[in-house]
This record gives sequence, C-alpha cells and structure tokens, in this order.
Amino acid sequence: MMIKLQVRDLAFGYASTPILENVCFEVTPSKLLGIVGPNGSGKSTLLKCMDRILTPQCGSILVDRKEVTKMNRMEVARNLAYVPQSSIRVFPNTIFDTVLMGRRPHLGWLSSEDDEEKVWAVLKLLGIEEFALRSFNELSGGQQQKVLIARALVQETEVMLLDEPTSNLDIWHQLDVMNVVRSLVKKKRVTALMAVHDLNLASKFSDRIIMMKRGRIVGAGDPSSVLTTENIASVYGVEAAVRTQSETPYVVPLRQIKMEKRRTHLT
Amino acid sequence: MAKAVRRTVTRAGKRSAAQEEYKKFIGRKIFFMILLSFLIILLLGVIVTLGPLDITILEVYSAIIHKFFSDYFLVDELTSLVIWNIRLPRVLWGIMTGIGLGISGCVMQAVLKNPLASPFTLGISSGAGFGVSLAIVLNLGVIGGAYIVIGNAFVFALLCSFFIIGLSAIKGATSETLILAGIAINYFFIAMSQLFKYFATDQQLREMAFWGMGDLGRFSWHQFSYVAVAFIICIPLLMLKAWDLNVMTVGDETAKSLGVNAEHTRMFIMTVSSLLIATIVCFTGTIGFIGLVAPHMARMIIGADHRFLIPASGVLGAVVLVGADGVAMNIISPVIIPVGVVTSLVGVPFFIYLILRRKRREFWS
Repeated sequence: MMIKLQVRDLAFGYASTPILENVCFEVTPSKLLGIVGPNGSGKSTLLKCMDRILTPQCGSILVDRKEVTKMNRMEVARNLAYVPQSSIRVFPNTIFDTVLMGRRPHLGWLSSEDDEEKVWAVLKLLGIEEFALRSFNELSGGQQQKVLIARALVQETEVMLLDEPTSNLDIWHQLDVMNVVRSLVKKKRVTALMAVHDLNLASKFSDRIIMMKRGRIVGAGDPSSVLTTENIASVYGVEAAVRTQSETPYVVPLRQIKMEKRRTHLT
Repeated sequence: MAKAVRRTVTRAGKRSAAQEEYKKFIGRKIFFMILLSFLIILLLGVIVTLGPLDITILEVYSAIIHKFFSDYFLVDELTSLVIWNIRLPRVLWGIMTGIGLGISGCVMQAVLKNPLASPFTLGISSGAGFGVSLAIVLNLGVIGGAYIVIGNAFVFALLCSFFIIGLSAIKGATSETLILAGIAINYFFIAMSQLFKYFATDQQLREMAFWGMGDLGRFSWHQFSYVAVAFIICIPLLMLKAWDLNVMTVGDETAKSLGVNAEHTRMFIMTVSSLLIATIVCFTGTIGFIGLVAPHMARMIIGADHRFLIPASGVLGAVVLVGADGVAMNIISPVIIPVGVVTSLVGVPFFIYLILRRKRREFWS
C-alpha cells in the first residue's frame, strides 16, 4: 500500500523539557487519522511540528517521500495545510478575504480570476457562500471553523492537519464539521490528521487512531483496538466502559481512578 | 477557442448573488479610492486660496498647470509666486506627511496586531526628540551646520527603532516583544530629553517645545527631494507585502502555515516604515494622531484587505492632515496654531463618531 505521510523519530522540546519524543507513524492516502490523548500530551505540538510552525529538534516528516523539514516555508504551505482553532480577530477580514488567504502559497500580488473562482467553489462546497462578505468575528464558532477549513482547502494540498476542530462546538455543529472533514477525505482524496478531545467523535469518524501520552505514541490502530478500557485507564486515569454502537466503539466515562492506583498503572 | 468562450459564458452565467455582491463591493472600494484622490486635489485648491492675499481657486490650478505648460493658463506674477513659494509647498508637505503617517501607521498596526500601534510605537518620536534636545542644548550633532537639528532627529529616530528591531531579532520578533521594548525605550528617551530640558535656557526650551508640537511650515523645495526618495523606496516595498500583511493580522501561526515567515516580515516592515517615518519626523516634528487614526478610518470604510487599505490609509491621512492644517492656519489668523494640536482637536470627535457609528460589518458592505 502506498504511504502518503510518514513521520519518523520526531522530537521536540523547550530547553530541557521534552514535549515530543520518538514519534513514528505512517498514514495511507485518503484516510482520516485521529490523534487523541489527555491535555498536554503533545497532540497540537505534533501537528505544529509537522507544519513547521514549530521546528522539530530531530526526525523526519515525509509527504509523498518528500522531506518536509528540508522545504522552505512556501513549499511546506503547498504540501500541508493547517487548520487552527478559531479565535476572535483584532482586525477581522471578510470571509471571502479570509479564505482567499489560503491561495497565498500560489499567489502573486494580484489574485487572479482563477483564484477567486476556487474560493467561490470551496465556499459553495461547504455551504458558507452566503457569508462571503460578512466579517469573520460575526460568524458562530461552527461557521468560523468551516471558514478555516475552507481556507485550508483552497491551499490545494493533499494533506490537512486539523487542531481540535470541534472544541467549543455544540453536538450538531460537531457532527457538521466532522462530516465536512469526512467527505473531504472520501471525495477530495485528502489525507487528514486531526487532534481531537472527544473520544467518541474520534471513534466515529477516524479510520485510524493514535493515542498519545506525554509526548509519546502509546497506541495506534483502528478505533476498536485503541479505545479500550485498559488504554483509557492507563492514559487518562479514567475508568470507562467501552460499548459498541453501529460497529464503532463508544466510551462512557465512569469515574476517575485514584492517583495511587493511577500511578501503578503508569509504571 | 469555442470551448473557452463557452466556458466563460457558463461561468458568468453561474455567478451567484454572493459573487455579484462581491464584485460590487470591490467596485465600491475602487470608487472610494478615486473619490478620495479627487477630494485631495480639491482640498489642495481650496486651502491654497486661504490667506491674506485673495486668490481664486481657478488661479490656483492655473498657476500649477502653467508651470508645466508655460504657454497656457497665465496668472499674474505675484499670485504665482505666492502659490508656488508659500502656500503650495505647505499643502504638498501636508499631503506627503499625511500619506507617510497613514501608511506606516497602517502597516505597523498589522504587523503588531495591535489597534493602538502607530508610527510612534517604537519610540521614534521620543528618539527624535532626544536628538533635537542634544542639538539645541549642547549643539552636538551628527552633522553640523544648518541641518544639525534635522540630522539629529533623523539619526536618533532610526537609532531608536533599530535598537528595538535588533533586540527583537535576538529575542524572537513577536509583537509583544516589539511593543514592550518600544514602550520602555520611549520612557528612556523622554527621561533623557527631560534631563536636557532641566538644564536648558528659556530660549532653548521654547525651541524644543515648538519642535515637539509638529509643524508643516519648515518646508523647502530642497528638502522635498529627500522625502521623495524615501517615498519612492519605501512605499512600493510596503505595498509589495500587502498579502503578507493580510495574513499577518490573523496571527503568526496562521501566517507560517500559509508560507509567510512572520518574524522576518515583521522586522522588514518595521525597518522600512521606520525609515519612512524618520525621514518625515525629522522635518515636521511629532504630528500625532494621524498615524493612529487614518488606518482605522480606512479600515472601517473599505475593510481589512491591505492591497486597498495601505493606499487608503495614506490618502485619508493626507486628507485629514491637510484639512487640519487649513484650519490651523486660518482659524485665528494671522496666528498659526501648530497642526499637531489641530489634528487631535478635529480628529478626535470625528473618530469617536466613527466608533459610535460603527456597525459590526464594514461600512459599505
């Protein structure tokens, strides 16, 4: 099977504090990889390192066998798109201009008719065309997240990195955004990596899941093999029941495991 | 060929309501820019007519055109002399200064992601002020002679901002580092100037105070060339970065993910705009408010796309400054109030009006 994305021995840290250690994984094309793990486990850092927003200390990142760590910033932006969590803007742009920014890696000083057509096409695809001239800050969280996904889409990269796209969204919008990502993976052949807090969303939408703890990958595989009672206990310190619903596991958290007990699990 | 034609037709045919609206929106932006440019030309004509010698607005334009096409539009010698040597330089100087302040305020707000940033955020005015004090009180200058004050103002303004840019190059050029270092250096140079003021004579104090207020009356055609060179170099460099500035306002992480090196762009923009402002400040002194407010006015009217915002901030800055200077010269004629005072007195109420009127959307969309 062809490999779209390969990460080998990736490490990152601030001074003497390691944040990521020895991260290795591979993703085949047109798959959605969910990255789960507790707060501070390095999910976002991993995505930022892969997009070179942060510079990894060592390791290699290969997209279609091309080394990302040796590319210049523009080349990185033509190979990987990054979808940040949305935040309020000091100087809000219109939605159209926000999405047009995604053409920056391909753009001269003037945006061509072609660039604009691409933006319109993506706005239509995500059903946010009517907001084109609204200011970014006016939109709801779910709409903002779609705008940021739209911006990543017009970058026309084959790999998309999403940093917790569903945080702060209600369940309807969580499903809405996840369905958008899912359909991009299926229809546009995008390979997506997504950091996500909600284990059930990860389970429902991911093809594969990697579970992280303290900067290391502690579990990888399809959702049913990673989201197990044992893994959740040892990684999150939570006793949980794992049930199965329409062939995917879903997690019902029951209680925190006491610290002493949690320690024994860890060591 | 036929295929290509059909394609355009279907494309145009499929254009949705939102797309039509967008086209109109762009059209309005361009219309606004043209309108502002006409407003400046009109304002220039009107302001040149004001003064002790009665000149009509037609004579103003005639005298200007006459200079370039000597066979046409004859006006009498005295009128032409007054226009070309006294009144026009001042208005032109006002336009240049306004454009410079507006543009550098605009780009600084973008790279610092801070609506309170202005051309003087990096302590340029206090640096220049210190250089001026040095020249006036100790007669110490980087260059001697008639240009001692101007030379000092220029050099110390640049020294000040380059120190901050250098500091941030070592420490990582985030907007917070630059703003905090700017504030710190500002206080330092203000304190140094105050030290000089403490020992200065009354005459020296007067000169320093006058310099600090900012004035457009110190202009000569000779100086024009210095500023013109700075404009020709700096403004295209800033305009070229319009796209990167758009991306920078969203945040460093997003900028990087879209292929823009945020730190480098920030230092580049700060360096170029500091150069532009230092060139202006050394001739005019500190004219506050324009650099802060013109970009906000422009943003409220035409939105945050820097391809339009940079020129619009410049032209709006010019309109406000020239208008204010017209008031400053004539309101209690023959006394000329320093224009820096008037920009604030006239500009503040107008700006507050804009803030109150501001909807959540852009003005014209």
